[in-house]
Amino acid sequence: MNSKIFRARHAMGSTVRGPALVANDGFSARYDLDRINGLFCRPSHKLVGQSYVGKILVLDTAKGGVATAWMLHEMKSRGIVPLALVFNSVNPILAQGAALGDVSMLAGFDEDITAAIPNGAEVEVNPQAGTLTVIGQRTAVFRRPPP
Amino acid sequence: MKLNDEENDILAGKAGPVPQQALQHQIKVGEFFGAEDLVPVTQAHLMADTESLGEAGVRWLEGLVAGTDGQRRVRIPTITDPRGTDFAKADLLGQTSAMLDLERRAISAFEALGVAMTNTCINYQTIQAPTRNEHVAFGDTGVVIYSNSICGARSNFEGGPSALAAGLTGRTPRYGFHLPEMRRATLRIQVEFTPTSLNGWGALGGVIGRIAGNYWAVPVIEGIEGAPKSDQLKHFGASMASFGSIALFHLAGLTPEAGQLSDVAAPGLPSLCVTRADVDELQRSYHTDDGVDVVVFSAPQLSLYELSDLAELCDGRRFTVPLLAVTSPQVKPDADRMGYTARIEAAGGSVLSGMCFYQSYAREISEAKGWKRLATNSAKLVNILGGYGYRPMLASMEACVDAAVSGKLART
Repeated sequence: MNSKIFRARHAMGSTVRGPALVANDGFSARYDLDRINGLFCRPSHKLVGQSYVGKILVLDTAKGGVATAWMLHEMKSRGIVPLALVFNSVNPILAQGAALGDVSMLAGFDEDITAAIPNGAEVEVNPQAGTLTVIGQRTAVFRRPPP
Repeated sequence: MKLNDEENDILAGKAGPVPQQALQHQIKVGEFFGAEDLVPVTQAHLMADTESLGEAGVRWLEGLVAGTDGQRRVRIPTITDPRGTDFAKADLLGQTSAMLDLERRAISAFEALGVAMTNTCINYQTIQAPTRNEHVAFGDTGVVIYSNSICGARSNFEGGPSALAAGLTGRTPRYGFHLPEMRRATLRIQVEFTPTSLNGWGALGGVIGRIAGNYWAVPVIEGIEGAPKSDQLKHFGASMASFGSIALFHLAGLTPEAGQLSDVAAPGLPSLCVTRADVDELQRSYHTDDGVDVVVFSAPQLSLYELSDLAELCDGRRFTVPLLAVTSPQVKPDADRMGYTARIEAAGGSVLSGMCFYQSYAREISEAKGWKRLATNSAKLVNILGGYGYRPMLASMEACVDAAVSGKLART
């Protein structure tokens, strides 16, 4: 599989590599996550029942309130946290949370990034270069039953 | 980012490590969004419930307090959003001593930093509303959207760490809604009817929030009849912010920046229509059960007028399921003095203060109390609580009070 590179207009953090968990849906740590068990738990979310731990989340946009600004830091302290966040657009809360929690993040692409990245693909987030690179084949993503 | 001499001194640590760390955080966020510089702010409003902070967040705060060098207190009035509990009613909520201990530690740290514990998400009704063009750093989405849209103030969503940073440095990165060009409308919404109930206004806000879709969208809304009241716009904005992450809307002919449509909208903007059927459908979609385990009025905290209306509805009633009404510490003493609290509690309800239901360990409350089916007149609350394991249902204040009596929520 040839590497494919996507360029982001906004970037923060350090380079990480891991499996992409992709959906054309929004994100709020308070609204959408069971932060104790590391699962999406909002019944209407497209990733409900799936674990976000150690994944590079590829989603559309930030939703909801301001709690994510603290929650990413708290999730990071317990190791129950996404590896990186890759969004079509983010709000200030997500950026503030990533800054405090030291979670790598990319946002703002020329295409819909949730359509461009296969779910389960191995990807690299490089904030210094502002790039998202698809580096590997799709890996199996096991769906857990909703809690 | 361009920094002035004072800011360079802060960054160099000349004011001490606490403001230095705050400015480093602000620069990281500002550079992410391409901010050219910082803008002075006059007030900060800080969301920091302990469910969000966790042990890690409280330790982080205690770390700020522990040092002895330089400035360790906020430079501008910095106030707080609701706490994670009402200590006087913690048993009613099934909250544990560990939750309360964490809360006490957070309060102690904030007080040491000079933060005023106002514990309110309706500071624009209770503390001091910002004025037009006043740059502020506010940190509850309902507070931000009301302040931007109704007051004409200038704020981004400032999460707890960033609002605290703004309090410590007296400034914030100049991007987003601090910039005049970002405040212009990006889409037009034609509304075909004007709600009267608070849940109706919240549902309308939710529909528009879903349509607008992301933080950078600014809807200008046409077709609102009459002059909406503060509580109606409170629910409208809080819901729009919750469903869509929206921070600013304009009401053509009503809100300060949109005296005329052309003041905020360029020709050719995308235009959509919202009907009564759209609003009714959003409310119906949440009505998934006829039984009710608990009734909650919260999100945002209730004004004195809302508590007055609720007290009126409670007279002569006897509740069979719990009814919680949550207000701010500023409103509660007045509600006590006016007799509203006593009338609500005589029917079997409870008036809580200084917290907000969804910011108070809602999942643990559900598990401790066996509350799943929750009726409320807050569209914001129904949008949030699904992820906490509830089956939230949206109805009028009158229907919710009836449900507290009968245990059944009537379908409309």
